[in-house]
Amino acid sequence: MTDTTQHATSTEYLIRHASILGKTSADLLLRDGRIAAVGDTAAAQASPSAVTIDATGLVALPGMVDLHTHLREPGREDAETVETGSRAAALGGFTAIHAMANSSPVADTAGVVEQVHSLGLASGWVDVRPVGAVTVGLGGERLAELGAMAESRATVRVFSDDGVCVHDPVLMRRALEYVKAFDGVIAQHAQEPRLTEGAQMNEGDVSAVLGLTGWPAVAEESIVARDVLLAQHVGSRLHVCHVSTAGSVEIIRWAKARGVDVTAEVTPHHLLLTDELVRSYDPVYKVNPPLRTADDVQALREALADGTIDVVGTDHAPHPSEHKDCEWAQAAMGMTGLETALSVVQHAMVETGLLDWEGFARVTSVIPARIGRLHDQGRELVAGEPAHLILVDPAARWTVDPAAMATKGRNSPFRGLELPGSVRATFYAGHATVLDGALATPRQVAPAREAAAWTR
Amino acid sequence: MTMPAPESGITKRVVLAAADMDRALTRIAHEILEANKGSADLILLGIPRRGFPLAQRLARKIAAVDDAVDPDLITGQLDVTMYRDDLRRNPTRSPQATQLPPSGIDDKVVVLVDDVLYSGRTIRAALDALADLGRPRIVRLAVLVDRGHRELPIRADHVGKNLPTSSRERVRVHLGEIDGLDGVAADEVVIEDRA
Amino acid sequence: MKHLLSTRDLSAASALRLLDVAEEMSAVGEREIKKLPALRGRTVVNLFFEDSTRTRISFEAAAKRLSADVINFAVKGSSVSKGESLKDTAQTLEAMSADAVVIRHPASGAPARLAASDWIDAAVINAGDGTHEHPTQALLDAFTLRRHWARIGGTPSAGTTLAGMKVLIVGDVLHSRVARSNVWLLTTLGAEVLLAGPPTLLPVGIGSWPCTVFYDLDEAIAQRPDAVMMLRLQAERMNAAFFPSTREYSRRWGFDDGRLALLDIMGLDDTVIMHPGPMNRGLEISAAADSPRSTILAQVRNGVSVRMAALYLLLSGDPHDDEPRDDETHSLPHDLPIPEGRTTR
Repeated sequence: MTDTTQHATSTEYLIRHASILGKTSADLLLRDGRIAAVGDTAAAQASPSAVTIDATGLVALPGMVDLHTHLREPGREDAETVETGSRAAALGGFTAIHAMANSSPVADTAGVVEQVHSLGLASGWVDVRPVGAVTVGLGGERLAELGAMAESRATVRVFSDDGVCVHDPVLMRRALEYVKAFDGVIAQHAQEPRLTEGAQMNEGDVSAVLGLTGWPAVAEESIVARDVLLAQHVGSRLHVCHVSTAGSVEIIRWAKARGVDVTAEVTPHHLLLTDELVRSYDPVYKVNPPLRTADDVQALREALADGTIDVVGTDHAPHPSEHKDCEWAQAAMGMTGLETALSVVQHAMVETGLLDWEGFARVTSVIPARIGRLHDQGRELVAGEPAHLILVDPAARWTVDPAAMATKGRNSPFRGLELPGSVRATFYAGHATVLDGALATPRQVAPAREAAAWTR
Repeated sequence: MTMPAPESGITKRVVLAAADMDRALTRIAHEILEANKGSADLILLGIPRRGFPLAQRLARKIAAVDDAVDPDLITGQLDVTMYRDDLRRNPTRSPQATQLPPSGIDDKVVVLVDDVLYSGRTIRAALDALADLGRPRIVRLAVLVDRGHRELPIRADHVGKNLPTSSRERVRVHLGEIDGLDGVAADEVVIEDRA
Repeated sequence: MKHLLSTRDLSAASALRLLDVAEEMSAVGEREIKKLPALRGRTVVNLFFEDSTRTRISFEAAAKRLSADVINFAVKGSSVSKGESLKDTAQTLEAMSADAVVIRHPASGAPARLAASDWIDAAVINAGDGTHEHPTQALLDAFTLRRHWARIGGTPSAGTTLAGMKVLIVGDVLHSRVARSNVWLLTTLGAEVLLAGPPTLLPVGIGSWPCTVFYDLDEAIAQRPDAVMMLRLQAERMNAAFFPSTREYSRRWGFDDGRLALLDIMGLDDTVIMHPGPMNRGLEISAAADSPRSTILAQVRNGVSVRMAALYLLLSGDPHDDEPRDDETHSLPHDLPIPEGRTTR
């Protein structure tokens, strides 16, 4: 694990009157990559050169941690790069993101995960944590070298074939068992392949009218049910990616009650959008798993509030415009999400009273960091902790304009929507990557330490 | 039917009352017979919507003079919608039915009947429509009102009333068959002007 | 009306107007000179991503009878093959100043996509998209049914609705764009629609449709329908385990001689048999296709009239204006389920 608190830049920040987790107002002093002081003593301890930020009316939160990001590099640099994706992440309030393995080549060897990791370090906007593939080439036939990836400099702990389901039950069992050796977790993309052949959207009233091949909820739920039973049987840690149905929520609730070590994730878009939007046939609403019904959205919100679903993961999936500028069936699946996640979750969960800001921090930072075993992320905002934190203006209102985003992807389903909440500042190991709502500078790490990194 | 309540800013004046209209039609009927030297081969084709009831009225008046004439057998309707040159300039118009008398129009004397003659474009369209349906020996034109402002070299053979108008004014023909309410005849010609 | 994309968002007034105009077009078809000058100088492109000679020549005849110039544009191979994209094709047609694009496409929603995009400004007519809709087929079916219904009722066709009529649609509803378009249109026009087919070929979500669903064809026929519409069984479904065998399908859901005789026994003298064509004789339909009850050739004939009406109504008027009562909208709601006080673009 890289200690991101080392080699911190020297700028010292004194944040005045921030509402910590939306509660008490206090000052925070950031120095040498850590929170040096919180409260009345912070101002007194600040050096004369400290940059003072008036955070009156702003909420201080731990930097968000995304367990589910597609950075497209290596292979599809036209869609996104580690650089552009991590810029988007910083703007969205993230200090760590997990780069999914479905790049080209697939991140199924130590070499590829180290490449992605070093690209992340070179970029310096957030901590880029590569996810390793479970199976070679995402082929679903034999295990990738999970141990080598875990022991690489990328110290991979999250393994996923995301995009495809590890559907072979024996292979899934072996993967769950194997990663116990290094405290890893299998993040499953739950999609029964035979039940979803040619699937285009949620199967239900809308698909019946639109004549699009259905992606039935049972295709997700049957895999979730099987996997929680497998995880229980072998005593392993399971993470369910992008839960999208009310039925999956019930199964996970049941599994947790039985003590199964399962965690679950929901995307911002599944907390807000429904399959009614597909009536436009606009592929910007095409995503996998598909947008579901209003009842599913409600169940997911409640599950995130009561802890059945543990975390929000963006499933940020940028695509070049030609993959969306076409008919529905031919369009790529996926939506961007890094720069809208905070606003959508605030809108769907905080403004509805389902979560307070402390709960928001839990599902966007504390638990994702714990699942990914990122020991220096998702920490409390107290003196001595690494200074990964963000300042959010919850009263701000903004209209989503995909063209103005830092991600290369223009495929935001929230375009034109007015959303609440704006990330005013992001501190990544004490370094301001975002100030006044705009990108500042990346955090530089000493070149000597990274020169040896595996490069292209 | 009584005059609709005047809309604000629009003045209306009646230029032909029911009795005037009836007298005008009687005169046209006689003129048609005279020009045709009788009722032989005569066909009256009304242009929708108000040309058709006018053609029917003329046919009845002709039958009243010449009892060899069955008014239903010499009357028809000629829709010109699809032949108009202003389709793109107006909201989409639904075409009306074209119904020819059983004898057809080949080698007949066809009198086109319309309510108001204005630019002449409707009649131009009617001549084209007629050409697609057959080949009459003679085509004549009868109108209830000629309000001037011709844009094409077209003139009527039989005119009920010549009405000098400004192009700003609108000439409205009300007929009992179309505009009548509860059997009360609505026959009149009105000029409306935006004051 | 700017586009004709589906029958689901067609108001009763618009549908009736289209059928009434089609009656006038039909009269033109009986004249010696069958051509009308209404669309002189306008260009209609038949953009076919799927082979369908029948539908294409029907549209071609319709456009030519209205004096439009017709360009046939067949895009080889399926849309999924990495060839020229829909966008590029559309922009090519725009550059050629197409006034209307008649599009047949294997992907559901492709016409809607074309209409909503800024790739092309032309009017878009859906000539069948994937398993979504085939609105002109439903309109010609409704036209055929209406003539039949008006004849029985002794009224003129124009202005008549299908109120009181009972129409049974049989077969592969799941993959049928014809069935979908007919369900919406016929119910909009006042008919009662019954559906019958194997449960595997009825879509999940059919419960919210305004229809009664039967798994047993004979039980459906016992409801005394005024028309029975047999859907074509696509060859590719036959090997995809939707039903055990074509023999079993034919026995349970085919309109065979026995069921034809049943109509006589039940005294359903005025019940007609419809089929959108092309037929699989001996599979979904048998001698019924040739019986006096069959409307199959009338459907083909009426197709031209209905397509003339559609082209005329879409292309003749000022595109930026329309008659006030014809104010239906084809744009789809983009409302997101968000609390009050938020606005969408």
